[in-house]
Amino acid sequence: MTRPPWRRRRRLVVAIALAGALAAALMLSVGMGTFAVAPTDVVRALLGRAPDELVFVVRELRLPRALTGALVGAALGASGAVFQSVARNPLASPDLLGISAGASVGAVLLLLGGNPGPIALLAASAGGASGAAVLIAFLARRHNGRTPYRLVLVGIGVAAALTSVTSYLLVRAGLYDAERLTLWLTGSLNARTWADVGVVLPAVVVGVPALAACTSRLRLLELGDDLATGLGVCVGRARGVSLAVAVVLAAAAVAGAGPIEFVALAAPQIARRAARAGDPAVVVSALCGAVVVVGADLAARVLFSPIELPVGVVTAVVGAPYLLRLLVRANRPEVA
Amino acid sequence: MALLAVALAAACAASLALGSKAIPLGDVLDALVDFDGSPHDLVVRELRIPRTALALVVGAALGTAGAVMQGLTRNPLADPGILGVNAGASLGVVVAIFGFGIADLSVYAWFAVVGGALAGTVVYALGATGRSAATPARLALAGMAVTALVMSVTRALLLLDEAAFDQFRFWVVGSVAGRSLAITGQVLPFLVVGGAVAVAAARHLDALALGEDMARSLGSSVARPRVALAAAVVLLVGGAVAAAGPVAFVGLAVPHAARLVVGNAHRRLLPCSALVGALLVVGADVFGRIVARPGEAPVGIVTAAIGAPVFVALVRRRRVAAL
Repeated sequence: MTRPPWRRRRRLVVAIALAGALAAALMLSVGMGTFAVAPTDVVRALLGRAPDELVFVVRELRLPRALTGALVGAALGASGAVFQSVARNPLASPDLLGISAGASVGAVLLLLGGNPGPIALLAASAGGASGAAVLIAFLARRHNGRTPYRLVLVGIGVAAALTSVTSYLLVRAGLYDAERLTLWLTGSLNARTWADVGVVLPAVVVGVPALAACTSRLRLLELGDDLATGLGVCVGRARGVSLAVAVVLAAAAVAGAGPIEFVALAAPQIARRAARAGDPAVVVSALCGAVVVVGADLAARVLFSPIELPVGVVTAVVGAPYLLRLLVRANRPEVA
Repeated sequence: MALLAVALAAACAASLALGSKAIPLGDVLDALVDFDGSPHDLVVRELRIPRTALALVVGAALGTAGAVMQGLTRNPLADPGILGVNAGASLGVVVAIFGFGIADLSVYAWFAVVGGALAGTVVYALGATGRSAATPARLALAGMAVTALVMSVTRALLLLDEAAFDQFRFWVVGSVAGRSLAITGQVLPFLVVGGAVAVAAARHLDALALGEDMARSLGSSVARPRVALAAAVVLLVGGAVAAAGPVAFVGLAVPHAARLVVGNAHRRLLPCSALVGALLVVGADVFGRIVARPGEAPVGIVTAAIGAPVFVALVRRRRVAAL
């Protein structure tokens, strides 16, 4: 698959620009807060050449939070890009389809039992997410013709059922647990530690390049199963492997920060438009997701200071109108 | 229909008798006719009768509202929850209580009505934009998006006020427990007016079911009954949500069940939906009390657990999914 050079260049430029934006957002996120740190001091603290309390604030409090946000965003962006590509539907993102809801059920079950380690949390949410994915795939399997919305609607139904399970667990819990879990279910980056970074990092480091390597095959899959088979793609395997990786990434994101809404929906679309790509631009989408989450977290902390809203509230308030815009566009006759 | 009425009566009796403390039916009857202040009598009169009454009216209201919505939008996936009316009404209530400090239910019910009306209008406008009519899937998706937006605002408001959160986590899933008879009395006018308007306009729903052009050529005006019916839906849902919180999926599942019983004519469908809705909510409430002993599962969670599979089954039917 050779792309025209100008297009490859555009993608590279967009990726570099996003990486720069991410670095700036991380810098701001580490520097801003109730205790402001100047950018030069941030760098000095990172290198360990600053007073101890400054090093502590930057290295142990702010940096893990910012990095978790970036990694979670990257996981969501890449995962969403693959889902949308495989389902051939811009509305098919792990949060709308109930994958995140499945991961939440698994995680909440575990969180109710106490304060589990990050690895156990990842395992629980991955289990819940894969369960939901299998269920949705089973219910939406085609038996009389394929419609692009069927998968989404089935996913919404499954998400509703799983959400009712979560609400049931919440109501049964004591007030302290319920409040803690509600905050978690909104998607929050409060009080992240290096252990949280450690959970999401491996998934992103392995998953995103793996998905990026699948890009050319995914691009062929978008042409339709028959054509892709004719062009030499093993359709079943390509789809299965990429979706499995995407589900694990979505689960890792939930384990890292709770179910943050709308990032997996919006980031791939922004990335596609920015890179003018005809395929799921996985890396660009991951970068885009990272910028969105770190930026939203920054906004959530700064706009309503001293109250720190959970990051999920900001992404939902910004993301829902975006979803509505997608719908309005889809309703235009030339697209529909 | 007669069978349904009998089943409903049985469900009410079960609702009065069953719970964390089971009371023999004889004692229940005793409490009703000959009140002597014994613990059993108190439980029946003060706790179980109010919640049963509320479950009855909320179920009837939501069932009717669902049937009207499905007829009005000619959309088998229409439901106050799916089309965002519930979420809008919830936000209305939360804004009334936090924003304006209103504690009087008959006042904040109006906020619920206005919030539900706004959300429903936005969803319908979005789902129906473009040249084509509002198709089931588009309406459902638009409803979902609006619900997500409105719920996140509601959640943000709740997170900002920790004291109220405890009360609201039960209200927000939909529950009929711990409401006094006075609450039922306060929302009853909303529900009665809404139900009466819906039944009065039932024949227009039949005409609309044939399509707008056909309805017009049959001599039925299209615009005015639509507005009246939409107002009826908003009154029914707003009243129900103000009293019991957003009880999910009742409006979706009930009309489909009722159609199996009485067919498509709305003059019979609406009362039947009210019956089935009341049966479902009372039954779900009893079930929620039994399944989680000694605690309770709020009725909204039980109805969601029943309703979500119905939604998936409907989507899987080709007629719905094919746009």
